Amino acid sequence: MNATPVNRVYLFGTCLVDVFHPRAGMAAVRLLEREGIFVDFPPEQTCCGQPPYNSGYDEQARDVARQVVERFSDPIPVIVPSGSCAGMLRHHYPSLLADDPLANAAQDLAARTYELHEFLNRVLKIRLEDQGAPVRVAMHTACSARREMGVRDDGLALLGQLKHVEVCEPENAEACCGFGGTFAVKMSEVSAAMASDKCGAIRATGARQLLSSDCGCLMNIDGMLRKQGQDLNGEHLAEFIWKRTGGEPL
Amino acid sequence: MSGFSTHPDHDFDVRIHDALGNAELRESFHGAMHFLRDKRRTQFPDPNALEALRDRGAAIRDRALARLPDLLEQLERNCTRNGIQVHWAETAEEANTLITGLVNAAQGKRIVKGKSMATEEIGLNSAFEAAGFTCLESDMGEYIVQQANETPSHIIMPAIHRNKASIARQFHTQIPETPYTEDVDELIGTGRRVLRRAFAEADVGISGVNFAVAETGTLCLVENEGNGRMSTTVPDMHIAVMGIEKVIERLADLPDLLRLLTRSATGQAVTTYLNLISSPRKQDECDGPRQVHLVLLDNGRSRIYADRQLRETLRCIRCGACMNHCPVYERLGGHAYGTVYPGPIGQVVMPQLHGLDRAGKLTQACSLNGACGEACPVRIPLPDLIRRLRHEGVTQDTGSPVKGHGRQRKPAEALTWKIWSLIHRTPWLYSLTTHLATRARKLLPPWPRAWTNHRAPLEPAERSFREMMEQRGRDPGGKQ
Ligand code: SF4
Repeated sequence: MNATPVNRVYLFGTCLVDVFHPRAGMAAVRLLEREGIFVDFPPEQTCCGQPPYNSGYDEQARDVARQVVERFSDPIPVIVPSGSCAGMLRHHYPSLLADDPLANAAQDLAARTYELHEFLNRVLKIRLEDQGAPVRVAMHTACSARREMGVRDDGLALLGQLKHVEVCEPENAEACCGFGGTFAVKMSEVSAAMASDKCGAIRATGARQLLSSDCGCLMNIDGMLRKQGQDLNGEHLAEFIWKRTGGEPL
Repeated sequence: MSGFSTHPDHDFDVRIHDALGNAELRESFHGAMHFLRDKRRTQFPDPNALEALRDRGAAIRDRALARLPDLLEQLERNCTRNGIQVHWAETAEEANTLITGLVNAAQGKRIVKGKSMATEEIGLNSAFEAAGFTCLESDMGEYIVQQANETPSHIIMPAIHRNKASIARQFHTQIPETPYTEDVDELIGTGRRVLRRAFAEADVGISGVNFAVAETGTLCLVENEGNGRMSTTVPDMHIAVMGIEKVIERLADLPDLLRLLTRSATGQAVTTYLNLISSPRKQDECDGPRQVHLVLLDNGRSRIYADRQLRETLRCIRCGACMNHCPVYERLGGHAYGTVYPGPIGQVVMPQLHGLDRAGKLTQACSLNGACGEACPVRIPLPDLIRRLRHEGVTQDTGSPVKGHGRQRKPAEALTWKIWSLIHRTPWLYSLTTHLATRARKLLPPWPRAWTNHRAPLEPAERSFREMMEQRGRDPGGKQ
């Protein structure tokens, strides 16, 4: 992957981006295209299968995972604008499909899956020119992006290239925001206690905007901040970067 | 008899609700967990060194587990040769009967006990009570919770849920001639006074075992207060109780494990006391017990051992780091789990020991954020195991050794995932669903109350991402 320059990639849009944050998906496409890359978006894609997988419904997760493996079969990188979905493809498909005829294909897919910002920063090594006004933002890195994918530094490195953006990581940045997919509903009280601490820490940064590369966390934190009557304008990192670097409206 | 008399799943929600509503409890756990995390962090300043040490620790435990039956036999042989009498107990009941039998045979009445999770697990104190013995916990934290008729809320720091003032009140009312004071040194002095007398009078001392070395027949005991040393040397009889997984191959394996244990547990570079017990009192020695017994406890462990993935559970060295790093444990404290082992390791061990029908719900108290797995010094993949147990809990015939599988399955939930799967593997159906979700936003079913009680509902976007992409595909001018 590193020796030959990449000129074509797949984009795995994720279901939350699809329904709630389509502009984050568009921003990902634009950022990649701006680097001269052709973005292949298989139109029949749906979800990575993480929700049933995390709930223990492996069979249902497997049915969906198989299709992802089949639809993203060309030997090109698969870019995912979400740490947890990327983690699902990279770290869980191989074991989920271990006894399946698609086992080898799943291994292969795992090896060429990247979280968007990891790909932009480490593989493409993109350079960013900030064109926005000075602003203070709070960055929330999802647990899966931080631990499973190890891409926290990539998001921060990209933000670090933006001259007029002051980035603060909230106190206890490594703490979970309490989303956890169905956890937020099944264990709603504990989840709310976690989200509430997270919101407090984010507010304490004095930031004007909340950024994350994971739509699940954004839904959770932003949802609580809005319920509390505080609008920090949660935005996906890709969309923020695209707008700051002169990208036209999405 | 088991470590808890109730069903840990039973009223789990109520206990969660109560714990979250207890501001004082939340405050102390929040403070204590952050303190412990910071302390641990300063003990591992070099991340590469930490990772290398974790690799070695996991490898030592794996090597030992790979040869577990052999090593246990070797341990038995070498202990016996050293004069330690070895006993095997398949279940908690068997262990309790055996231990009370030993105490009876020695005509012992007064017992002191060092801190031991294995004896909590089998509910030894209640068995002693039933047999008419008095058994005093000699670890200060355990002593405090025992006196208050409570159970430990943490595996390393049993009284971590208690604050100074409440302990001061307890000592003042329960220990005769104790003036009320919140001075920590004085409080410890009071406890020590009581315990000293108990040590001097005890006939039997009970302890756990942190590691048992097969090669030499040595029992290793790690502690900070010296009570472990007192309990295992002053009384005439010492009974050590250990889970069968605690055996290690060689003495040379010990230093790495100790490094990991003390730093992960309390953020200490070294432990205050390290006891290496290899035999009863020898002829010309002036102290030590005249009899040493070792009880090897199975209590479901060989069942766990039979499964390759679940076997990783048995690498655990009971350091408590997983609970110290768990955001759910931090909010709830240990009692909410209703189990002997709380937090992530408890969520993995308890359903395996007691069955998913009784303790399967515990696996839900996890956002799969991964902090426990990152903290575990012997690299137990706790999130993977929690997820695996969730799977076992909702699947009828897994053929696995875990008991009660399928018992957490709820028909409505199972149906939801079936429909979900159908939608997500039928592209036209998925497109239709997202199309409707975006177009008919106002007509969507309401968000669950569990969500909107604390969060504003989210609105789907006006156009889905796939529609935007389709639009671009039809309109090549849209592409650069
Ligand atoms: S699971 Fe790991 S972190 Fe938790 S108590 Fe055991 S060894 Fe320590």
